[in-house]
Amino acid sequence: MDTKEIVNVSNLKKTYGDFTAVNGISFSVQPGEIFGFLGPNGAGKTTTINMMIGLTKPTEGSITIDGIDAQKHTKKAQALMGIVADESNLYDEMSGFDNLCFCASLYGMKKEERESRARQLLEQFSLAQAGNRPFKAYSKGMRRKLTIAAGIIHYPRILFLDEPTTGIDVESARQLRELIVDLKNHGTTIFITTHYIEDAERICDRIAFIVEGKIVATGTVEELMESMSSGHTLQLVTEQDAQELADDLQARFEGSKVSAAKGNTLNIVSKDRIPLLPVMQYFDQKGITVYEAKELRLTLEDVFVKITGIESGHLEKEKAGAGK
Amino acid sequence: MSTWIAFWNILKKDMKNYYLMPSNVNWGIFFPVSWTLTQFIRSSGNIDVLEFLPGLMAVSVLFATTSMLSVTITFERKGRSFERLLLAPLSLNALLLAKITGTILFGLFIASVPVLLASFFVSLSGVNWGMAYLSVLLIALTSTLIGLVIAVSAKEVFEAQMMSNFFRFPMMFLCGTMMPVQKLPALLRIAAYCLPLTYGTDILNRSITGASALPPLACIFALAVFSAILFGASRYTINNKWIS
Ligand SMILES: Nc1ncnc2c1ncn2[C@@H]1O[C@H](COP(=O)(O)OP(=O)(O)O)[C@@H](O)[C@H]1O
Ligand SMILES: [Mg+2]
Repeated sequence: MDTKEIVNVSNLKKTYGDFTAVNGISFSVQPGEIFGFLGPNGAGKTTTINMMIGLTKPTEGSITIDGIDAQKHTKKAQALMGIVADESNLYDEMSGFDNLCFCASLYGMKKEERESRARQLLEQFSLAQAGNRPFKAYSKGMRRKLTIAAGIIHYPRILFLDEPTTGIDVESARQLRELIVDLKNHGTTIFITTHYIEDAERICDRIAFIVEGKIVATGTVEELMESMSSGHTLQLVTEQDAQELADDLQARFEGSKVSAAKGNTLNIVSKDRIPLLPVMQYFDQKGITVYEAKELRLTLEDVFVKITGIESGHLEKEKAGAGK
Repeated sequence: MSTWIAFWNILKKDMKNYYLMPSNVNWGIFFPVSWTLTQFIRSSGNIDVLEFLPGLMAVSVLFATTSMLSVTITFERKGRSFERLLLAPLSLNALLLAKITGTILFGLFIASVPVLLASFFVSLSGVNWGMAYLSVLLIALTSTLIGLVIAVSAKEVFEAQMMSNFFRFPMMFLCGTMMPVQKLPALLRIAAYCLPLTYGTDILNRSITGASALPPLACIFALAVFSAILFGASRYTINNKWIS
């Protein structure tokens, strides 16, 4: 076994009666990286986290955390973990500061240490003003931030974040992503689950696509793109119907594949990048006006759809006004 | 050391958040006071305070403790803050001990209210306080553990409340707090001896009035067995039903 990995999950499986929530998944998390689980609701993300942290018993498989067998020595493994559930589960009546100090005490931190650390985290998470207010008076975004602060107060070796950006406003989500990247830059290894493409694309070093309890692909964003890339696409919008133009254009650009998209939109696909000038000259000679020309880039979303065969609608895109 | 820090802070938090809340303290005091007054009026002032005191103490502790722990744990479970405690690097034994210690201390406090009331009416100089408080402690322990068993089985707060009543009302009538167990019909007497409160009330009676049905050591032994079983049942439920 390679002990350099912080998390090593092998053939992990969870069944509830006849239903298989997690179906024999394996992956590992390297120190210092942000490893993301991207998948639609019900894919098995939370179930996987719960098995790793010791809240759910696996039906099969093994989990090691920093070389420790997490099923045999659960408490020892838990001492290395920071855990942020998919709900902000702190104590409503207690202040932000008291909540943080209490969480620190659960990990055996001494009074002076936990108080100075709590103050530092409130500062770092821009919550210093709200430190003495009760948790129940916090906005959703603030609640989530404090919950994450509580998760890292004891300097965990690995932080588990279950859908940290779900259900909060776009601006808070953006701030959170910055905070998460900041934590990583300060050396925290992070395992994160999300159903937002944006999270995966912007902050994860490596991503696993999880669908119906199975990991269907793992890699960096670039690797995943690479694996799906079918060349470069130039998209043109002209004044003429694309269908009528396609054949003639195809004859002119033999090395490429020309196809009509819908209406007046054409796609030219080629192994290499397509220089604009010859294309424009062609249209100029024909006296056809070109309104738009752009290189289509493969998005992570396209890759996800191609690999999983799932409509991207099942994965949510972050929208203004999502959540409250 | 780190276990102790966690233990102490869980206890302190529960004290602050639950047990020292005015509403809970008031309720804890209200119950024994109103109960005393009812008995007092019913007997048109002719009650033997000393004979009445052990039962009152026992019932006060029973009521203060069973619902307290079951309701607070169910509440924390619903808000999922209890998960934090389960996931902390703290043994389940230490966690449960921290949780029940707060309730037991609350029970000891509530038991003292009737003692204070009684001291206005009669001399309590003949009371064996060591034994009295040992029995109060054991009653608090077993009642708290019944609350714990309820807490690990209930899903909703109202459910915890209902289950607590399901246990404590029969206990109140069967366990010698209102009438001696010896006066119960044979079948009910058997039932009484299946309930921990009977043994606790018995020692408490002896320490205050000098009268008891069983030797105190036998009662202590019985209460220890009840505690072990209830604690084990709670542990088992958490380990196998909550973490499943
Ligand atoms: N305790 C349970 N009993 C039965 N089914 C469950 C249980 N927990 C989760 N599931 C099912 O397992 C699947 C995966 O759930 P989950 O891990 O929560 O998905 P995700 O976090 O990716 O949205 C879902 O279909 C869910 O309904
Ligand atoms: Mg989930």
